[in-house]
Amino acid sequence: MLTYLRLAWTWSRALAQYPASLAMLTAAQAAATAAELCAVLFVFGHTERLAGFTLHEALLVYGLAALAFSLADTLLGSVDRLGEHIRAGSFDVMLVRPVPALVQIATDGFSPRRLGKTVPSAAALGWALWELPIDWTPLRVAALPAFVVSGTVVCCSIWVIGACLQFAVVDAREVANSVTYGGQALTQYPLAVYGRDAARAFTFVVPLAFVSWQPALYLLDRPDPLGMGAWLRAAPPGVAVGLALLAAAVWRSGVRRYRSTGS
Amino acid sequence: MRVYVAVFGHGLRRFSEYRAATAAGVFTNSVFGAINAMVLLAVFAAQPRINGYTAADAVTQVYVAQALIGPTAIMGPPLELSQRIRTGDVAVDLLRPAHPLLWFLAQDLGRAAYSAVFRSVPTFSVGIVLFPLVLPPDPLRWAAAAAALALASLVGFGLRYLYAIAGFWILDTRGVDSLGALLGPFCSGMVLPLVLFPEGLAALLRALPWSALVQVPAEILLGKETLPGGSTAGGLLFQAAWAAVLLGLGAALTARGTRRVAVQGG
Repeated sequence: MLTYLRLAWTWSRALAQYPASLAMLTAAQAAATAAELCAVLFVFGHTERLAGFTLHEALLVYGLAALAFSLADTLLGSVDRLGEHIRAGSFDVMLVRPVPALVQIATDGFSPRRLGKTVPSAAALGWALWELPIDWTPLRVAALPAFVVSGTVVCCSIWVIGACLQFAVVDAREVANSVTYGGQALTQYPLAVYGRDAARAFTFVVPLAFVSWQPALYLLDRPDPLGMGAWLRAAPPGVAVGLALLAAAVWRSGVRRYRSTGS
Repeated sequence: MRVYVAVFGHGLRRFSEYRAATAAGVFTNSVFGAINAMVLLAVFAAQPRINGYTAADAVTQVYVAQALIGPTAIMGPPLELSQRIRTGDVAVDLLRPAHPLLWFLAQDLGRAAYSAVFRSVPTFSVGIVLFPLVLPPDPLRWAAAAAALALASLVGFGLRYLYAIAGFWILDTRGVDSLGALLGPFCSGMVLPLVLFPEGLAALLRALPWSALVQVPAEILLGKETLPGGSTAGGLLFQAAWAAVLLGLGAALTARGTRRVAVQGG
């Protein structure tokens, strides 16, 4: 943990050597999130409700998803470059050092610019929470930060599992991206938009529904329009723990089977 | 001229080596297309007609956009040139008896040609299988759409070349590249068709070069009257004009920028 912070700090200082570029990179990240947000607003310029959800309800879903994603991206975003490290042989170097390889790869090229996404995401979430008439019971107040943490853990875990695909196929980065970035795009809108089959798949196969959809249903105290059980709403923390354990197991077995590129 | 043809061929061959990456790209583009399409279908379910677009038109544009990601490199990667300027390798490029703009253009068009055949066609075909897309009834419009794809690749190169040679002045272009990769998808109508944007903003974005990357090619395929000049020819002319402006600007700035390289001494 301390090593993680130290390595992250080193990389941040290195990037600060090009202040103009770092500022532009951070601004670009913030603007990218703002642009997505604009797209959501434009969509709601044409209709009052999308799949039965109002603008502010959709913003709650968007804010929870984008915040979890941006935190996960900051902490672990670099792991999807595993394939490059394998190809270049730098992953071998990481395995030799007395620091966990996952920590090294996560901090490699660590950039505070990724936090640029966090600010507009948190703003969207704040705006939604301000506008929505949520019944703030003590349990809901406690659940909100728990949802953000568990959402971040779910995103991180999916990211690591996706990266481990690259142990098998070095060029698989883009396939993993369709789950990681694709998952992010998907969780930004109420899951009801995608219909029942997709919603099932994203609840039970790739559990992205627990990042923003089920938490939003709980906070809004709405029945699930797709008719899935209300018990799923209490599941996000449990899913996060389970998925994190799975990701750790997949990572370990990936490292154990790794045999370098050989060429 | 033969040099550039050879460089074009090299670009084509080089990218044809990454077959797994191409297949992965097609998969990713198709998945993103499906996600975007379903969101738009939900929008049009509430409002069946928006500024002349139907649900099928919008979904067709989604897959046109996904198919164009490869050839136009709208979300990156940046040209190799930006890295070469940072490391000083650009000195070698300048020694060649070929203009750097044409050299990199030939190389990038090779990449674009490969990706048009092996990335755009499969991605769009997936779209046809998954969703009821609007397809042109006559071969003439298919030909116009192919021409629009070629011009979009030229505009895509022109933009990325300008981002890259910004390096002559600021050295580290990663910030510029990532701003470009952000402006591209948003301003071109890829994230959301420009017809769904508020009127004033849509009118502004339609005049900018990014709309030549996705919105104009999509409307050429759909045969819309919202094209510049109200016709397919007008749309193609708009794309060609922006390609000429961007490449001309690129050539002029290259001449100025290369003088600075000499001062820096590599």
